[in-house]
Amino acid sequence: MTLSVQYWGARGSIPAPAREMAGYGGNTACVELTLSDGSEVILDAGTGIRELGHARGRGSSPVHVLLTHLHLDHIQGLMFFAPLFNPDCEVRICGPPALDGSLLNRLARYISAPLAPVEIRELPARVSFEEAKAGSWRLGPALVEAAFVNHRGPTLGYRIIDGGATVAYIPDHEPALGQRLAQSSPEWISGYSLARDADLLIHDAQYTDREYRDRVGWGHSALSDTLTVAHRTGASRLALFHHDPLHDDAALDALRDEARALAGGRLEAVSLAREHETVELAT
Amino acid sequence: MASQPVELILARNLISAVELAAFIVDPDGVVSFFNDAAGELIGRRFEEVGRLDREEWSSQFGPFDEFGQLLPTDSLPLTVALREGLPANGRFHVRVRDEELIEVDVSALPLVTALGFQGAVVVFWRAAANEGG
Repeated sequence: MTLSVQYWGARGSIPAPAREMAGYGGNTACVELTLSDGSEVILDAGTGIRELGHARGRGSSPVHVLLTHLHLDHIQGLMFFAPLFNPDCEVRICGPPALDGSLLNRLARYISAPLAPVEIRELPARVSFEEAKAGSWRLGPALVEAAFVNHRGPTLGYRIIDGGATVAYIPDHEPALGQRLAQSSPEWISGYSLARDADLLIHDAQYTDREYRDRVGWGHSALSDTLTVAHRTGASRLALFHHDPLHDDAALDALRDEARALAGGRLEAVSLAREHETVELAT
Repeated sequence: MASQPVELILARNLISAVELAAFIVDPDGVVSFFNDAAGELIGRRFEEVGRLDREEWSSQFGPFDEFGQLLPTDSLPLTVALREGLPANGRFHVRVRDEELIEVDVSALPLVTALGFQGAVVVFWRAAANEGG
């Protein structure tokens, strides 16, 4: 049995639907997990979720959507997610708790007038909204763990364990802010518990090291910091994620090559998440 | 090893960079880090001392009255911050370099999030000698 991971959007910040971006894709964050029992978990609802919604072919089977945070590049596709318009479908949306309102009310700021032609409370599907709890909970055959990580605003990372396979998803993350990751003890590294010994770590790598110097505090990672996190946490495979909208395919290929050179064999595999690509992990 | 709450990680990163003496307390009340400025004031660096539970911290550094007697903890800023989830201030003595008592002003800032109490930041500084007379 396997845990299947498919990328439907790996771009960060804003969709980048240009021809020179087509190789890695221009849709924003959305990753589909098919668990060992066939059930479906969707990580984030960026614009990639629109195509996923049409392609999924699962009819009205329940959908679990885990949102890391409510920045637009992680929720923009929600309003165009076909299962939400299927009255027979049950959609369970989980996201970060915050002090300024329930998850439903915070999402309603986007899915309501004047930004949207529909109201979140009038979606045809059976939709539920739930703030992620501290600690872990079961979702089908998987154990899901959520924890806040260092980004702007309340932002979760997720760790999903299905049998012997562990996926860590930390798409928006700046763990190096104010500290030297290589020297920090593990408990003081944001996201460490989520990523430790993961078979696949999907992690923010929006910037080259040079770009990061001018973007400290923006909530995203430089390539070398992402590699350090992967190394410190003992992740086997690393998928670089949240590609900068200014990085075309050639720039991302160069980033991949640099990542592999910097990793220097310390990781089993380093890749860039690419739209539609699937990774299978044995459970 | 479990990660600390991200609010504490951010707080540690912040106090590591400032000159105001400060320490952080985790949700269990353990003094999990103090900065160089605090280390300079009390005469010990964090690397030498490591994590301390509140009893260990109190017995070594205070709070004391002016005669060196340990003060009850009920009304201390950190206790109030932990108990009521509100910032609190106070003035008392701490022992520095294992001998001298100095008077300090203390402010405790609780870190309360949507998930509840995540710890506290405590800042302190030497009280002005001619103040309050």
